[in-house]
Amino acid sequence: MFVPGNNPGMMSDAFIYGPDSIMLDLEDSVTMAEKDAARLLVHNALKSINYGNTEMVVRINPLNTPFGKKDVEAVVTAGVHVIRMPKTETAEEVVELEEEIEKVEKRLGCVGRTQIMAAIESTKGIINAYAIATASKRMMGIALGAEDYCANLKTQRTTTGEELLLARETIVVAARAAGIDALDTVFSNLNDMETFRKEVELIKHLGFDGKSIINPRQIEIINEIFTPTQKDIDKAKAIMGAIKEAEAKGSGVIALNGKMIDKPVVIRAQRTIELAISAGVLTKEDL
Amino acid sequence: MNATKDRQDLILAEAKKLNKEVFDEKNLVKNPTEKQQFQKESPKLVTLEEAIRKSGLKDGMTISFHHHFRGGDKVVNMVVDKLAEMGFKNLSLAASSLQDVHEPLIEHIKNGVITSISTSGLRGKLADEISRGLMEKPVIFRSHGGRGSAIANGDLHIDVAFIGASSSDPLGNACGYSRSENAKSICGSLGYALPDAQYADKVVILTDDLVAYPNTPNSISEHNVDYVVEVDSVGDSSKIASGAIRDTKNPRDILLAKQAAKVIVNSGYFKEGFSIQTGSGGASLAAVKYIRQSMIDQNIHASFALGGITAHMVKLHEEGLIDRLIDVQSFDRVAAESIMNDPKHKEVSANEYASADEPGSATHYLDIVILSALEVDTDFNVNVLVGSDGIIRGAIGGHPDTAADSALSIIVCPLLRGRIPCVVDKVTTLITPGKSVDVVVTEYGIAVNPNRPEIAERLKKAGLNVVDINWLKERALKVIGTPAPLPFGDKVVGVVMNRDGSVLDVIKNINA
Repeated sequence: MFVPGNNPGMMSDAFIYGPDSIMLDLEDSVTMAEKDAARLLVHNALKSINYGNTEMVVRINPLNTPFGKKDVEAVVTAGVHVIRMPKTETAEEVVELEEEIEKVEKRLGCVGRTQIMAAIESTKGIINAYAIATASKRMMGIALGAEDYCANLKTQRTTTGEELLLARETIVVAARAAGIDALDTVFSNLNDMETFRKEVELIKHLGFDGKSIINPRQIEIINEIFTPTQKDIDKAKAIMGAIKEAEAKGSGVIALNGKMIDKPVVIRAQRTIELAISAGVLTKEDL
Repeated sequence: MNATKDRQDLILAEAKKLNKEVFDEKNLVKNPTEKQQFQKESPKLVTLEEAIRKSGLKDGMTISFHHHFRGGDKVVNMVVDKLAEMGFKNLSLAASSLQDVHEPLIEHIKNGVITSISTSGLRGKLADEISRGLMEKPVIFRSHGGRGSAIANGDLHIDVAFIGASSSDPLGNACGYSRSENAKSICGSLGYALPDAQYADKVVILTDDLVAYPNTPNSISEHNVDYVVEVDSVGDSSKIASGAIRDTKNPRDILLAKQAAKVIVNSGYFKEGFSIQTGSGGASLAAVKYIRQSMIDQNIHASFALGGITAHMVKLHEEGLIDRLIDVQSFDRVAAESIMNDPKHKEVSANEYASADEPGSATHYLDIVILSALEVDTDFNVNVLVGSDGIIRGAIGGHPDTAADSALSIIVCPLLRGRIPCVVDKVTTLITPGKSVDVVVTEYGIAVNPNRPEIAERLKKAGLNVVDINWLKERALKVIGTPAPLPFGDKVVGVVMNRDGSVLDVIKNINA
């Protein structure tokens, strides 16, 4: 969930709504005049607020602006989990960010602590998606920034999203090939929950791991759609049970209800279990 | 002939025995006036000034008002202006509550027209001035149930009640709604005015819609009314609340509402035939929406909803999810219209609503109440009257009445309002004793009164985030730091009466 880095009230209690990760923003939601103040606020928020198990992300300003490097310094020293790099177009930019992060981490004695998420917001970025996704071992996910991408594409966003189809599929394919997360763009019209729901259904279908949001009211719908149904969970549990049984017997063949289970089925079952646990509808003890 | 004489003698003898006069035909008045004309000549129908004079009101006496028009009330200012003009001094004003709109009372207090006040709450500039020590005598604060009891048992004696009504006939049959085409104002239930009508020495109805006799069904009967005054306007209905159901879009309110609904559903009291009351805050209104879904899913119906009735409650009633509505105060136009049209939507007096003395008052049969708070302390005491800045900014309402009598009382409040913590070490002013408060719902977690371990157990079992109330307080302090102590003076500006007539707390003047 995006939270403007210049709003202490929202920063202090964003986690109560239960997003998986909070993205404090130093880039587009902060005006030029407030960049320094917001950086200080975000630094202090990361250091002093107990966000519990929520993953903390900060979207920094691009490194080629006067603010980017200062942002890296401020958030890495404060112990941020992930830096979101905006408007990423090439693998070289990722390497440059990694070097900046490493400089600070070396000084602090915590090399490797900070992860990177790259936001791809241009046609050039989409063309380079796989290179970006594999540019650093710190890369945990790539995300689509649809507004800038559409401007670059010389079109505009529609409620049905055909214009984003190639970009979305490219991001998912690149992320899967690189073994990292694929994250979808924001949906800004808070009065149109119907279209938002359709969009979430679409991106889940395309294979995304999650979606950026701008308001806590959007969380429930995402959780609802991404949370596996009880039927899916029961089936996945049965498959995992069959695996255990086969292992116990020392059998190489896994069967459930007389049918053989292929590897892709096992992988899907594992993912269903992971999703159910992270959505809180299943605990490890239930397995 | 003898027989006739004997009979007259016998009548005379019996009359003597009964200590009565013998009937005299010249005392029988036959009035052939067309009756529609006759009722317009009702001796009760007078001007405001005549009503005041005829009522026998004198300096030092007590006058009373209701607050069913809330921020749109025009009666208090109109009557007190007239009393000032007529030269009255040293009057006690006994209102069911006072609002921002009653700011003109400041001048009347300064001029000695009003020298004491009793009310459920104070807001706006009047509250600011009184908090700073405007009045010599402290304001007496009572809950709605407490006020009803005090009027009934004589603790609060009303000499003249001035009751604004949306309609009245010339004899004083009055209601908070009107069936005529000329209806100007509508407030729904007149519940808080009913004890005044019943117990005041003299009762004056003010109405902006004088309708033909009989104005039935009515809230107030002509038997309790001495004078009827027709005025331009008694109140602005639009300021009760808007007509449509508005869902809050504030994510924090939605979060609190969902949590409160989960508490209710898992409390052990969510059963077929349960009863419920909700306060007027955004979160508790929204809670109704989420409870509704659980009622449908689990096929559970409520026997009645009580209180401040809102459009939300009317909707659930009309959907068949709530059998009866018991309404002491209508919170919006939808509720006000429903009480006029629906016989299962019943108006009750403050005493029938929440009096501690009346075994039949509705709060005694209330399972669940959701309430708000300005502050809750670690002993679960609640303050809804005085802000964390020491200035009076709220109303007791039915808070302590419903919390005490219900089987389960739930307080919904954010842990922090901006930089102000709502869970504190000690409440600024004690309004509802912690013993009657069961659950506190905040966005950071749910605290359950240690007196109710069984509720805590049920909520934990349902996977809700049950936390220690001290942890909530610490959590708030960690974010905002320890607030500086308030600069109170030594003058008592308010006395908080418990609903049983005992003194619960005092409010001191603030030097800020």
